[in-house]
Amino acid sequence: MLNIKNLSKTFSSAGEPVHVLRGVDLDLRAGERIALTGESGSGKSTLLHLIAGLDAADGGTIRLEDIEVTALSDAGRARLRRDRIGLVFQQFNLIPSLSVADNLAFQARIAERQDAAWTKELVERLGLGALLKRYPEQLSGGQQQRVAIGRALAIKPSLLLADEPTGNLDEATAENVLALTRDLVARTGCGFLMVTHSLHLAATLDRHLTLHAGRIA
Amino acid sequence: MRRALWVLAVLLSHWRRHKMQFATLLVGLIAATALWSGVQAINQQARTAYDRAAATFGGARTAMLVAPDAATFPQELYVKLRRAGWPVSPTLEGRVQVNGRSLRLLGIEPVTLPVEIGNAPRLGASDLGSFVAPPGQTLVAPETLSDLHEAEGASLPISNGAKLPPLRVLPQLAPGVLVVDIGVAQRLLNKPDQVSRLLIGQPKSKPAGLASVVGDQLQQVEPTAETELERLTDSFHLNLTAFGLLSFFVGLFIVNSAVGLAFEQRLPMLRTLRACGASARLVNSVLVVELVALALIAGLIGLVCGYFIAAVLLPDVAASLRGLYGAQIPGQLSLRPEWWFAGIGISIAGALVAATTSLIKAIRMPVLATAQPRAWQQRQRRWLVLQSLAACAVFAVGLLLLGYGESLIAGFGLLAALMLGAALILPAFLELLLLAGQRAARRPLALWFWADSRQQLSGLSLALMALLLALAVNVGVSTMVETFSRTFLGWLNGRLAADVYISASDDGQGVAIRNWLKERSDVQAILSGGRAETQVQGQPVELLGLPDHALYRERWPLLEAVPQAWTRLVPGNAAFISEQLSRRLNVRIGDVVEVPAPGGSWELDIVGIYADYGNPKGQLTVNVAALIRQFPQTPQTRIGLIVAKENIPGLIGALQKQFALDDRSVADQATVKAESIRIFNRTFAVTSALNAFTLGVAGIALFTSLLTLANSRLPQLAPLWAIGITRPHLAAIELTKTLSVALFTALLAVPLGLLVAWCLIAIVNVKAFGWRLPFHVFPLQLVELVAVALVASMLAALLPVIRLARMQPASLVKVFANER
Repeated sequence: MLNIKNLSKTFSSAGEPVHVLRGVDLDLRAGERIALTGESGSGKSTLLHLIAGLDAADGGTIRLEDIEVTALSDAGRARLRRDRIGLVFQQFNLIPSLSVADNLAFQARIAERQDAAWTKELVERLGLGALLKRYPEQLSGGQQQRVAIGRALAIKPSLLLADEPTGNLDEATAENVLALTRDLVARTGCGFLMVTHSLHLAATLDRHLTLHAGRIA
Repeated sequence: MRRALWVLAVLLSHWRRHKMQFATLLVGLIAATALWSGVQAINQQARTAYDRAAATFGGARTAMLVAPDAATFPQELYVKLRRAGWPVSPTLEGRVQVNGRSLRLLGIEPVTLPVEIGNAPRLGASDLGSFVAPPGQTLVAPETLSDLHEAEGASLPISNGAKLPPLRVLPQLAPGVLVVDIGVAQRLLNKPDQVSRLLIGQPKSKPAGLASVVGDQLQQVEPTAETELERLTDSFHLNLTAFGLLSFFVGLFIVNSAVGLAFEQRLPMLRTLRACGASARLVNSVLVVELVALALIAGLIGLVCGYFIAAVLLPDVAASLRGLYGAQIPGQLSLRPEWWFAGIGISIAGALVAATTSLIKAIRMPVLATAQPRAWQQRQRRWLVLQSLAACAVFAVGLLLLGYGESLIAGFGLLAALMLGAALILPAFLELLLLAGQRAARRPLALWFWADSRQQLSGLSLALMALLLALAVNVGVSTMVETFSRTFLGWLNGRLAADVYISASDDGQGVAIRNWLKERSDVQAILSGGRAETQVQGQPVELLGLPDHALYRERWPLLEAVPQAWTRLVPGNAAFISEQLSRRLNVRIGDVVEVPAPGGSWELDIVGIYADYGNPKGQLTVNVAALIRQFPQTPQTRIGLIVAKENIPGLIGALQKQFALDDRSVADQATVKAESIRIFNRTFAVTSALNAFTLGVAGIALFTSLLTLANSRLPQLAPLWAIGITRPHLAAIELTKTLSVALFTALLAVPLGLLVAWCLIAIVNVKAFGWRLPFHVFPLQLVELVAVALVASMLAALLPVIRLARMQPASLVKVFANER
């Protein structure tokens, strides 16, 4: 479903080129759950951003289902994210001025793919029923991350990308949130790629890859 | 479409959670639109009135034939021209006293009146009969009818006892004019078979040459696009426009700071929108739509406020224009649809301009945030350098305008350059000042005080620039008005030399009054004056005749004069010239001015220059006996008297009883002076009101900037609280910081304001009115303004500071829990 070949990305820092990705190859099947670990600055988040089309690669190809992501324009990549990709960030990135209910429905509304029954199921499974009228600032970190996961899955994406989703949570909450995510991913059948520093959490997914010196080890 | 609506709903949700910020944005837009539109409404009202006046049965917009000396001429010339194929129509003009008011009487000949005389009010064919046939009609504007407190159909007597035909209202007519049939006008003005001018229509075939029909008895005057009144009042309206523009920009500062802060606060929201798949084009388009929608709402409210501002200011503006230029402006506001559309347009354009930086940032914003605080600091430094360079360039333009500018526009350009340059250089100046403070600081809290003030500067700089401009304009205008006020009072004391002033209804009454006065022992001297009108080098000039009396030698305010100047006037071959006319004609002492008189050219040596504030016409002062010799038609109706103070009331009472004179025809010096001062004060009432509005808007700008900054400053304050500085202590430091930068700004505004005052007095006034005032500085007034600025800044800073002092510790703790 996700096929990455020879992906490279270089940044410039103080005038010097920094080769963050040096020919990454990766395959992810539908329904497969992969954890990606690596030391700080190894390019994990960059890889995730390139897959999501948040940034453009310098070389190589990314193919998601029938679409070559690396060939898309900025607007094309935005459409891809809107319709097929769910994104979860470490900082939750909820919209502070929208209630939990509106945050949950947010991406589905933009994608014009609202499914009331699925949203209801998400609310129940994520345990957000009592929190729907609250605003993000009134939630704990774990609650905020559950809303972010619900928002990402509301469109029933082909691929769920999570960038250290448990980085801001304590161990118990992190396990709880990840368990919920695994269940929901299984329920939707989408692919799941998670960047994490936790080897313990990485071990709970189907595959565990490590990024080192710009390549998948 | 639904997608765009969802994005709009998300963007709007920000305002629901930040109501004060939303109010700030709307207040900025409303204030900007209201002040600009208010001033425009006043200008439009005045210009419409000038148009009406210009188009009244052949004003300056119609080609005409006039006598070279601008006097009346025999009607037979009209007959000759008609026979020679000239499509001319005669008019006769003069002034009459009705119900104690002096009005312009215009006699027309409706049958031959050219159809092409601009947008002049027309008489319908059915009305023609009743206008011409006895008793005829007197056409008046609705405003004139209401000024006279009369009803339609009334037949009013004029001062010589004759009666006007019944009044009839013609809505398009200019106020202050009475229009009658020319035959009636000749009878009322006692000018049988006389004509003032001939209006020229479109000839069907080429008529015979003018000279071959009437010789050099008449000359043709081509129509002008701009009337004399428009030329005279241009400076006044330019002044109002400049104020409106300044207020508009100060309002936009508020919008800019509100939009800028909202953008910074919505940055994560915009990134999330983009990350969730809303395209950059969609998000940016919706941002613009949101701004335009807000500008539309605020613009409409601003227009309603602008209407009320204009309605409140209009009576004072009308009084100023009447006092300064004799222009008649209706006191009731009537607005065209263009005004509403222009107001909405300016609100939207202003909002877009104020939000340009934020919109460009939004367009260029990468989806991924990069935290580069040092890069940001360097950008800020680069921006300060660029801004300072721009300020130097603007100052250079100002210097060029000072050196080479000739026109009034150049004068205003210099003012604009001065203020823009100062505003641009202010942040760099304050940065240097704060940096010096930081370097001198030793104690840690003091060091933080200066360093944090520097960091706060970029967020406050726009509001401080607004404060600087508003204060500088206040200092400048207040200094100018105070200077003018003192100079004017001194001048008035000199000009109003006589103790009692009499205005007889005609020469006969004038002679009778003089004879009666000669018999009275309480009258120490009778000073008979006279006025005539002529044109010199195409300029309307008033000739003022004064008797030779010691009182004038002692008190008449001459700016420059040759020795024995008053003695030189007596033979009748010398004159004093008003300051504004001397500038307009470029005439100095020792020059000779040729005045066209009925008996031929009258050569006058200029032996003195005098101030003549508030007179739109140029004036030459000559000996009254010489004036009557040269202009035998000069009405001898003006009489001044020297009377002991205690005898004044008795004498005025006796005059009123003996000659049935009303309060307008006889008045003591104190009454005339009080009336002049009242007109003077009304003239500057508008300026003072706009001054106060601008300062108020700048105060709001500072308040909103501080309020919006307050929230974003928590991450800077929370660590200090965490290490043991109490919230009240932090609040006190915040207040001190705000007051320090406000004080620096206010102190900088003082020299800038004095420069503005100098520009107004030495350049703008001279070019606009033709007079130059002595430059005075009023220290107490300056101290007062700085104190007002500090109080305004303290009030603006108070609410955020109180909020900080009362802030729950939980709110400060949150800073550490959330991203910083």
